[in-house]
Order: sequence, then structure tokens, then C-alpha cells
Amino acid sequence: MTASGYSVEAEGLLKTYGDKRALDGFDLAVPSGTVYGLLGPNGAGKTTAVRILTTLIRLDGGWARVGGHDVSTEPRQVRRRIGLTGQNAAVDEIITARQNLEMFGRLFHLSAARARRRAEELLEQFTLTEAADKQPKDFSGGMRRRLDLASSMILAPEVLFLDEPTTGLDPRGRSEVWDAVRSLAEGGTTVVLTTHYLDEADKLSDRIAVVDQGRNVTEDTPAGLKRAIGGDRIEVVAAEAADLPAVAKTVARVASGGAEPETDAEERRVHAPVADRVPALTEVARSLQDAGVTVEDIGLRRPTLDEVFLTLTQQSEDKSEAKSEDKEESAA
Amino acid sequence: MSDTLAPEERRAYWAVVDCWTIVRRDLTHLVKQPSLVAWQLGFPIVSVLLFVYVFGSSMDVGEGVEYKDFALPGMFAMTMSFGFMNTAIAVVVDKERGVTDRFRSMPMSPSAVVTGRGVSDILHAALDLAVLAVIALVIGWRSDGSLLGTLYAFALLLLLRFSLIWIGVLLGLLTPNQESAGNLFAVAFPFAMISSVFTPPSAMPDWLGAIAMWNPVSATANEIRELYGNPLPLGDSWIEQHSALMAVVWPLIITAIFLPLAVRKFQNLSR
Repeated sequence: MTASGYSVEAEGLLKTYGDKRALDGFDLAVPSGTVYGLLGPNGAGKTTAVRILTTLIRLDGGWARVGGHDVSTEPRQVRRRIGLTGQNAAVDEIITARQNLEMFGRLFHLSAARARRRAEELLEQFTLTEAADKQPKDFSGGMRRRLDLASSMILAPEVLFLDEPTTGLDPRGRSEVWDAVRSLAEGGTTVVLTTHYLDEADKLSDRIAVVDQGRNVTEDTPAGLKRAIGGDRIEVVAAEAADLPAVAKTVARVASGGAEPETDAEERRVHAPVADRVPALTEVARSLQDAGVTVEDIGLRRPTLDEVFLTLTQQSEDKSEAKSEDKEESAA
Repeated sequence: MSDTLAPEERRAYWAVVDCWTIVRRDLTHLVKQPSLVAWQLGFPIVSVLLFVYVFGSSMDVGEGVEYKDFALPGMFAMTMSFGFMNTAIAVVVDKERGVTDRFRSMPMSPSAVVTGRGVSDILHAALDLAVLAVIALVIGWRSDGSLLGTLYAFALLLLLRFSLIWIGVLLGLLTPNQESAGNLFAVAFPFAMISSVFTPPSAMPDWLGAIAMWNPVSATANEIRELYGNPLPLGDSWIEQHSALMAVVWPLIITAIFLPLAVRKFQNLSR
């Protein structure tokens, strides 16, 4: 826990590769003890941000503090306080799991005896005791990832960075890693994870920043993000396709701000945003019943994170396109 | 125990301890997969058997020299020159798996990643030479030189291998992935073969012979033949007359050029 209450703080991070701006004014504030998701499409700058915060690459502008220490001027202090699990399981495949953990322990400058004890603890914590003396090259993807996580936890870091921790894992491997991350978070570790799996960000994170084109577009709790993007929607599935126009007309009456209901003919689904949730639902249900329309399903639905994500990244694209059009106009 | 040291002393202390931790890891690799040593030595052994027993009968290196006395020291030098491939591949594997990044994100001594590689490669090369020397003895090769001269010859071989570590580290960092590391063989093969390893450069076309004579591998190969007391037919060009000097100077030049380049490339990973 740092004085500010934030384990990771960054402002205006810049990183350019040739003409390309990988990070373009990236800000971040991760409250201590939370799981923080960086969500964005490939190439959005998530990995670049993590590599700067873990002292692997230098920043070209802005500043960042991790665990209360500046990544540019005090990299050694930062390295004592972080764990990193990158996109590949960064373990030695040939020496055993135990030897891996002991080696990393020694490189974290633990004594031989303490490194051995710590390896033992971590093997147990990540349920690898049975595989302790096997080579990681024979491990499943999930096991290798758990060993990777264990290697990041040698010094019980204040902040653990996970860069796409479940990419390439089967569903079982993913849930193994999720369980491990959750239990680390319960133990008080601040976790910063990047992902392009929306369900992963949704399930694991206390807060999420949506990253696109080198900056974060927005930042909120998963529920807050969903609320911000347009609130609840009413959704009606008609039994007969022929009833769809009638259903749409009824739904239109309750839609907030006179929004036009959207109709998905293939799934016989009509949906529209609503402000007053339950009264709207009751009214639609009653009117449809009065009109003799058979309804297969009716309900209120929060938007999924997919929709939030697509809407937000779409908006930021539109904005930057508008900006470049402005430039062209002013040039003309 | 390091707490009583001054900051610079502590840094030096950890640079050594961390280097040793990395070396221990690489030695464990050798213990865990002894077949790897066999594979890496397979090529020089097979080629020397081919040259000595298949082509050897028709090889005339001149002045009544037995071909195997010419070829076996050549095999030692060739194995050392192929060694940069082992370095490069080890560097690529660590880079590709993310192990290098893990090291770099840890509070360990940054230099240990490179020095650890160097020390393990030299130990590995010494093991290679020991195995090859036994095979050579079985085939019937003998060093007629003094004990000191023979030991000095092995030291020169390791010096050549040492200088090539830095080419290996540099190429490993420049190579995108393990698959393309295999292409380095296209560099290693002519580098080792266009030399005096298996045939005297004087028997080659003039232009090729000149390249072969000036190849650093030739200087080492010629000098160790001298030291082993395996008489050798040499031309009277300056380079061939000064192999004693050049067997030391070449590795120093290579190190002076490629050590800084490799270190800079390593530091530039943080760009």
C-alpha cells in the first residue's frame, strides 16, 4: 500500500516506434488491492503499457509510478515490488518446476534455504506439488501458466502484471488461471491484467479501462461501464414471425427518448432501451397479452461488455477519423 | 552477508552470484539432457569420420603427413566455430519464451544474463573438447607436443570459442524466432569450412584460398597443429607464417568488435 492509495499511477505516457504511436497520452490509476483490467483490441497499446510499467522498455514521455517508485528513475525499486507474467509462460522447460522456482528465488536474492522453502510454499499454493519434479515441457498449458504465475510471486509482490494470461489456453486452463488470480487478489495483491477476452475482464476485474489507439478511452467498474453505455434494454422474443411488427409497435411506446426498437427477424427478437424498467416491462407484457400475441420470452437485459467495448472503440475511431478529416479540411 | 558491503561491492557481489545461478541452470540442462551434447557433437564427429575414412584415402595434404593428424585438430577448431550457433539458439529460446524478459523485470544483476551465458558456453565448449579429444585418441591421433603446448592449444580453442560467444549473443538477439535460428547454419557452415580445417588453403583456387587463409578459424587450426606437433604444410604468405600471433589476435579483434555490439543490443531491448 502506497501513501496515495494507488499501486500504479501513470500520466500522459508516450511511446513511439518510428511513426507509430504505441502509447499516446495513456493515463492509469490502479487502487491498491484491486484487480484492474486493461481491455482493448490487439495493437491498442496494452502490452506496451505493461512493458513500460514493468521497466522492460523506457517511456518517451509522461511519468509512471509503480508501488510508489518511479519506473524511469528507480527501476530497481520497482522490480522488487512487481511480478510479471507475460504472454508466454516464461519458465525454463528443461529444469524441473521446483528447480525453476528455486532459481528465480535465488535471482530474487533469497538465501538457498529460503529459496527452497519459498519454492515449496508456491508449489503448494499453485497445486503443483505433484508435478514439482517434472519438466515443464511435459505440463499442460494451465499447469505451465500456474508455474509461471508462481515464479512471479516469489517475493509476494505488491503489484502483479498479467499480460493476456489465458491466451492460448483451453477452457479448463483458463478457469485454473482465473482461480489462481482470484486467490492472489484475495490475499491483497494488486493485479493489473490485459486481455482481449471480455468475459475475462468482466469476471476478474474490479475496474476496467478500455484502451484503444494508445490511450484509455474510459475507465469504470464493469457494471458502471455497462450502465454508461445505454442502460437496460427491454427484449421480447415473439413466438410467430408474423407478430414482429405488432411487437415492435408496442415496444416503441415504452422505449426511452423515443428510440426506434431494433428487430432481429431471424431470432424473432425486438429490443429497445428503456428508462423506467419494471413499469415498462409490465406494460409491454400486458399490451401484448391483450393483443393476443404469443410471447416466447420477455425480459430486461443489461448490455454485455461486448457491446460496451464495440461502442467505445467505435466512438474513438470515429473521433480520430473526424479529427483527420478536420485536418484535411483545414489544409484545403 | 551482502548487507555489510558498500553499494558498488554489493553490486559486484550479486553480479557474480547471479551469474553463477544462471550457469547452474545451464549445467542442469546438460545433466537433464545428455543427448543434447551428443547431438551437438554429432556433426563434427560424423564429418571427421567421413573425411578421415571416406575421403582421407584420396586426400594428400603433402609432405607425407597423415591425413588424420591434419583433420582431427581441424575438427576441434570446427566444433569451436560452430559453437556460436549454440549460443545464438540458447539466446533465441530464452528471448522467445519470455525468460529474458522475466530476468529483466527482476531485481537481479542485469549483466548476469549475458555473463551467465558466456560462462556456461565456455564450460560447455570445454566438455565438447574433452569428448572430441577422447574420440580422437581412439581413432589414433596423438599430441606429440609438450604437455604445456598441448594445454595451450586447448586454451586457444576456447579463446576462439569465447570470442564467438558475442557473435552468437548478437545473432541470437537479432533472430526473430527459433525456426529462423536454423538458418544460421548457412553462415556457420562456410565460416567453418572455408578454412584450413579439412583441406590446406594452398590446394584451393587462389581467391578462395586467400579467404580461407585469412579466416580466423584457420589461424587457430594451424597454430594448434603446430602445438600438437602434427607437422603441417603451410604456404609462405604472411598470414600463414604468423598463425601463432593471429590465433590470439583474431579472437581479441572479434571480441573487441562484437562484445560491445552484443551488450548494446541487449541494452536496446528496453527501447
